[in-house]
Amino acid sequence: MPILQAEHLSYTYGAGTPFERQALDDVSLSLEEGEFLGIIGHTGSGKSTLAQHLNGLLRPTAGRVLFRGRDIWANPRDARKIRFSVGLVFQYPEYQLFEETVARDIAFGPRNMGVPDAEIGERVAQSMALAGLSSDLADKSPFELSGGQRRRAAIAGVIAMAPDVLVLDEPTAGLDPQGRREILDHIRLYHETRGSAVVLVSHNMEDIARYASRIAVLKRARLWMEGAPRDIFSRAGELEEAGLSPPPVTRVMQALRDKGLPVDTSVYAIEPAAQEILRMRG
Amino acid sequence: MLKDITLGQYFPGNSVVHRLDPRAKLILTFIYIIALFLASGFLTYAVMLAWLVLAVSLSRIPLRMFLKGLRPLLFIVILTGLLNVFYTDGRVLAQWWIFRITLEGLLMAVRMIMRILMLVTGTFLLTYTTSPLQLTDALERLLGPLKRIRVPVHELAMMMTIALRFIPTLIEEADKIMNAQRARGADFDSGNIIRRARALVPLLVPLFVSAFRRAEDLAVAMESRCYHGGEGRTRMRVLAFRAADAAILAAFLAISAGVGVLGVVGF
Amino acid sequence: MVGKREFLDAVISFEGVSFAYGDGARVLDDVSMAVLSGEFIAVVGRNGSGKSTLARHCNGILLPDDGRVLVGGMDTADKEHLLDVRQTVGMVFQNPDNQIVASVVEEDVAFALENLGVPPGEIRHRVDAALRAVDMYDYREHAPHRLSGGQKQRVAIAGVIAMAPRALVLDEPTAMLDPQGRREVLEIVRRLCREEGVAVILITHHMSEAALCDRVVVMDQGRVAAEGSPREIFSDRQWRETGLAVPQAVALLELLRLGGMDIPYGSLTVEECADAIYQALGQGA
Repeated sequence: MPILQAEHLSYTYGAGTPFERQALDDVSLSLEEGEFLGIIGHTGSGKSTLAQHLNGLLRPTAGRVLFRGRDIWANPRDARKIRFSVGLVFQYPEYQLFEETVARDIAFGPRNMGVPDAEIGERVAQSMALAGLSSDLADKSPFELSGGQRRRAAIAGVIAMAPDVLVLDEPTAGLDPQGRREILDHIRLYHETRGSAVVLVSHNMEDIARYASRIAVLKRARLWMEGAPRDIFSRAGELEEAGLSPPPVTRVMQALRDKGLPVDTSVYAIEPAAQEILRMRG
Repeated sequence: MLKDITLGQYFPGNSVVHRLDPRAKLILTFIYIIALFLASGFLTYAVMLAWLVLAVSLSRIPLRMFLKGLRPLLFIVILTGLLNVFYTDGRVLAQWWIFRITLEGLLMAVRMIMRILMLVTGTFLLTYTTSPLQLTDALERLLGPLKRIRVPVHELAMMMTIALRFIPTLIEEADKIMNAQRARGADFDSGNIIRRARALVPLLVPLFVSAFRRAEDLAVAMESRCYHGGEGRTRMRVLAFRAADAAILAAFLAISAGVGVLGVVGF
Repeated sequence: MVGKREFLDAVISFEGVSFAYGDGARVLDDVSMAVLSGEFIAVVGRNGSGKSTLARHCNGILLPDDGRVLVGGMDTADKEHLLDVRQTVGMVFQNPDNQIVASVVEEDVAFALENLGVPPGEIRHRVDAALRAVDMYDYREHAPHRLSGGQKQRVAIAGVIAMAPRALVLDEPTAMLDPQGRREVLEIVRRLCREEGVAVILITHHMSEAALCDRVVVMDQGRVAAEGSPREIFSDRQWRETGLAVPQAVALLELLRLGGMDIPYGSLTVEECADAIYQALGQGA
């Protein structure tokens, strides 16, 4: 059974006002236990709205969200509990830090869940390690950290709740290449260590291509494509037409194919592409 | 949701009232309020009401917008009415237990209710037909002479402009932070008042931090665009006080003076 | 390295500029460089390399501890010329929300001109022209907070070019934008440079943006670590030491060279890289 399922999900913002807008239109998608799913789409494609449905922050206008087969809105009073099972990291999450020390801020989530004090220290230490924050930062004010560290502290705050599913909305927005790599590598480390499912929402194809084992593409509030990275990137032309540019490596391979070389155009990372070309040299 | 709060109740339009110089509108509203307090009898109230009805209908703003705005005041209006009905001495019309209704009380209640309703509707007319920017502009210019006695008029107007610009941005931000904390299990909606107040800390701290950061950024951006206070500053939008503005203002001033005099003598 | 050459038509020149915040470490360390009229320069470097500090020296927001910055021949430390300096060098910042002052687009674009005491009729004229230049004229009466990130950033650019500056300094203007917003902003900036002859200093960590410029300046630990055309910079192994991420297509060529293929340096775009590979495979020659 999938751990999380969206069934014919639709959502309309500001129904009945001049600003009414359909953000999701009949989206069905499922997430398996321990899977790393990437969701790609333009701004306004509905990907952030979808993310907020997965942990019950938004209630669908139509359709259902199932967690381990149970409708999370079956009993609206319990909807808050789903937030502990499905952790959501918002865009620019560092703006949510508020405590005097990093450790106390990370403890905020577990405390709200009612985790006993004795266990909290351990959880904080573990999530800091997973997020790549050295332990001497624990007693510092979050506002003394660098931008990249602050973001990782905010992610650690969600990891500390030990969710079964971790959803991240544009976790690398606004960071430099080094900061981006650090964040993504730690997300992968977390995924491998905990074995829990991860959903990475982004408009950056390179990031998604490198980390996700399955990709869903949203376009104008609908689910447009779904499949393994290879399948998705072999449709580079269509993606480009939709304004989503595939990773440059995929485009190089596409250009070689256009010149008549029989290369595999579904590669999306540098190393396999290099191997593919070196193999051609024979 | 916080986002649903509507701010700057301005309804863009091109009616006579919309086109009036904002300074004239500000002065008109001011005189209107004074006249309203001087009015006392049937005649003076009727004149003010006629004036108000004329202005509202000229503005072409649907009446229900005014009614919608008045709804939150319903409680105060009823309370004022009841207090006046029961606690004014005079000819008794009806009596029950400790409650007594007098003719004077009834009249007083009607008068007070009318006064509140007309006062609020009049100020609504100002904000409904004048954009916040125009209002700020008009205030800065009307208060201009106060600069001579060192009132920082320009700075106050600048603060208002910036506040108007950033209120929607900060409301949106508050909404985002609230959702982010909810995702970490924060509960803003239950518990007693102390619990609720404490639950606001995770919202307010980040909001203040963000507001300060924005203020710092904005200060640098303003300096980069040659901001150096109000001295030597010009404005793109020139307020033109036309003959029509002057005529309306003069006419209304005359009527209000009449209302004032008649009101004081008790009509 | 740039020596102390004299640039006759330099819009901005840094002469041995050093700077530290408070009594901390030097953020800029003996920086000398010049921005010529109509040039398009990218400044790249990892976080903390001094890029933003450099930008803030260009219009006198920060003043050097040592050395001097000249803008159109005026020393930025000279208080008398402060407004002239800021009018000559316009600045656009990272967060589009935090640089828009007024609650109506056209009012915001007029802000700088109002500060400069330009007569109302002329303000109107220049505001309209600036809004047209960034394709935002149709939005002149909109409220900024309802615009997309790319649109807000274009309004911010209009508010700066209304001053008719000779140079435009953009401090990571696309960092908070989505790909579409990035494209919009870059297109406008390139057009201003090409058609209006405005010199552009683009601070960025997107190497694909730097690849579009005439010249790339690499900052590292407060110093100018390398300087040259994008082709020179990105085919230079030095970029590894400065911690820059090279464009993915160029990195692919690097891997192929390691694999023993003979591919000349100097390719930059996806098309050029594909051509280079094609030729190296002995298909094109």
